[in-house]
Amino acid sequence: MSGTARDQILARIRAANRAVGLTDGGPDGAASGPRAEGYADADADADAAYAALARRYLRAHHDAAAHDIAALFAERAADYRAVVERVPESGLAPAAARVLATRVAAAPGPVLAPAGLPAGWLAELAAEITLARDEPPLSAAELDRAAGVVTGCAVAVAETGTIILDHGPGASGQGRRALTLVPDFHLVIVREDQVAADLAEAFARLDPARPHTLISGPSATSDIELIRVEGVHGPRTLHILLAGRDRGYARTR
Amino acid sequence: MTAPGGSMPTYLGMPSFPAAARTAVADSQLRANLTHATRTIRAKRAGAVAELSDWEELRQAAKAIKDHTLAHLDTYLLRLEANVTRAGGHVHWAVGADEANAIVAGLVRAAGANGIVKVKSMATQETGLNEALAADGIGALETDLAELIVQLGHDRPSHILVPAIHRNRAEIREIFRRRMPGAPAGLTDEPAALAAAARAHLRQAFLSAQVGVSGANFAIAETGSLVVVESEGNGRMCVTLPRTLISVVGIEKILPSWRDLEVFLALLPRSSTAERMNPYTSTWTGVTPGDGPEDFHLVLLDNGRTSALADRTGRQALRCIRCSACLNVCPVYERVGGHAYGSPYPGPIGAIISPQLRGVTSPADASLPYASTLCGACYEVCPVAINIPEALVHLRAKVVDAKREKNFSPERAVFSLSGRVLRSPRLLAAAQRAAAASGRLVFRSGRIRRLPPPLAGWTETRDAPVPPPESFRAWWSRTRGGSGPPERAGPRS
Repeated sequence: MSGTARDQILARIRAANRAVGLTDGGPDGAASGPRAEGYADADADADAAYAALARRYLRAHHDAAAHDIAALFAERAADYRAVVERVPESGLAPAAARVLATRVAAAPGPVLAPAGLPAGWLAELAAEITLARDEPPLSAAELDRAAGVVTGCAVAVAETGTIILDHGPGASGQGRRALTLVPDFHLVIVREDQVAADLAEAFARLDPARPHTLISGPSATSDIELIRVEGVHGPRTLHILLAGRDRGYARTR
Repeated sequence: MTAPGGSMPTYLGMPSFPAAARTAVADSQLRANLTHATRTIRAKRAGAVAELSDWEELRQAAKAIKDHTLAHLDTYLLRLEANVTRAGGHVHWAVGADEANAIVAGLVRAAGANGIVKVKSMATQETGLNEALAADGIGALETDLAELIVQLGHDRPSHILVPAIHRNRAEIREIFRRRMPGAPAGLTDEPAALAAAARAHLRQAFLSAQVGVSGANFAIAETGSLVVVESEGNGRMCVTLPRTLISVVGIEKILPSWRDLEVFLALLPRSSTAERMNPYTSTWTGVTPGDGPEDFHLVLLDNGRTSALADRTGRQALRCIRCSACLNVCPVYERVGGHAYGSPYPGPIGAIISPQLRGVTSPADASLPYASTLCGACYEVCPVAINIPEALVHLRAKVVDAKREKNFSPERAVFSLSGRVLRSPRLLAAAQRAAAASGRLVFRSGRIRRLPPPLAGWTETRDAPVPPPESFRAWWSRTRGGSGPPERAGPRS
């Protein structure tokens, strides 16, 4: 044994790839000796080969031009037992008020409202509902006592019925990761323009430097006889309000 | 290459596959549980896959991305290390299992903790982390429902995705009633009630955990991001709530770039749980001030992977994304379950991973490449197109090579004799006449059911028809295939 574990592993990888004729030196590695760390062309070689990889799969399985992507999202999210309601934007505040009132009646406690949540969304809450802010940060035990949490999201994915939180500090009001994890009830508000047709578009819209949570339905397990059962450690109820300018909305306006 | 650097827990008195399989096949409850579970998931997976018209293109893209990554693995690991470090994480490298376990133990102690919460991870199963930590006085709490069932039942995992697949709901209720502190008095065997019991049991542990340990499904070199794919939310708990997070990740789990997730997150959930998407996927990059752990450590694990990498045919096993689709379709796995494979990696993929990580020197590992009918169902469902039958045949050759210098083998003697006979038309004709005559005398039932030692091993699990009274060659030379002049009795010569 010589050198650090890091040196040993890297040396073994280079030897292995040479042994099977896969090095930067071409077949059989004839043109190259052991590659030094920081070998100038290694990064460029890898990037060039990566760029040339064939990707013949579809960027989206439902074309946004031919399909109602928002409807597909609603249907697919509901498939995994999320409760999904489509509401016009003007109906958002009353719908949120109704959903949260029902929840708090069933499970009393404060409702967590992260910083940045658009004020209009919760403008019509009944007086008896207490909102809790995460400032200063609440303890895990305090989060556990909440009746639920209400947030926006960063992106949604129609094909898979997924909402994606990036827990960003911006105007989407998602809060740090624990806020949407510990409470047993999660109300998430999705604007139709946030719905991407498929994974490729969704990932392109995200900033990898941020932490992300992809959520497809409520917490579930398939660990008993490979049958999916809702409700283990995450929120056991996921309620989605999908807000958009549908025709009904245009008329009522 | 020299002997692989890998080690895995050697399960107590681990017998070779045929011996372990004989016991498993005799367990009718086990067979019923496995048949029920694997048939359920097979049908659902087929439906989830059929929904995507470009499944084969996704699969080929995944294969190409993984092969490319392995060909530039050193470059991508260095890139990952640089990006994790830049984002505030710490990167450690471990050649073998003991080294990885020691790194984790040291980090747990440095965090001032005497226990950890764990999300299911194949890498830490492989290194035997829980046992190593226990020897150091550190308690590891498994939080995945199936792992919890295994841990409470003092049992071993038998499936990559569903480690308690060998248990049915009634057995799980019994384990919870006996071993789970504070299990509800009237606990039923409804899966929802069992899941609720696990939720209540683990909640306090999550909320007070100081150190979380995870694996990762993917590590993104370009960004330094780690990805954990799960269902229950225990993964989110483990990677979010503790102050310190330690992720033990095999060096082959790396992907070049963030956009590759569009391929692998289309393939993995559909192959694994037959879902369009699993309930929860977490990604994180180093540490994020004010959100989640303040201290993040990535332990990169070799443990024999570089030995597999040096094998032109065997290295394709390193593409594996641990979906377990190959287990669910395997006729051998369905009948014997996971324990018979004597490794954290059971099933067809286990039969090609374990002997490569550990070598083929032990009888158990030497028997694994034979734990297959070579039917090819595993290759067909594999989302990264690992040609498992090809790798199995290749590993069988290695096992035979390793044995070649050893003692007399009846099998080798028979095949060497057969070789000589088949090369000589005269010897073959004589052998066929002898076989036809002796067959009629000795095997009156019409089947060869049992040969005497040293050939008994061959007929233990096979029978064969008695040789026909006349061989094809004899018939042809007598009749010219029936196209010549009408048959006449007697030889022409």
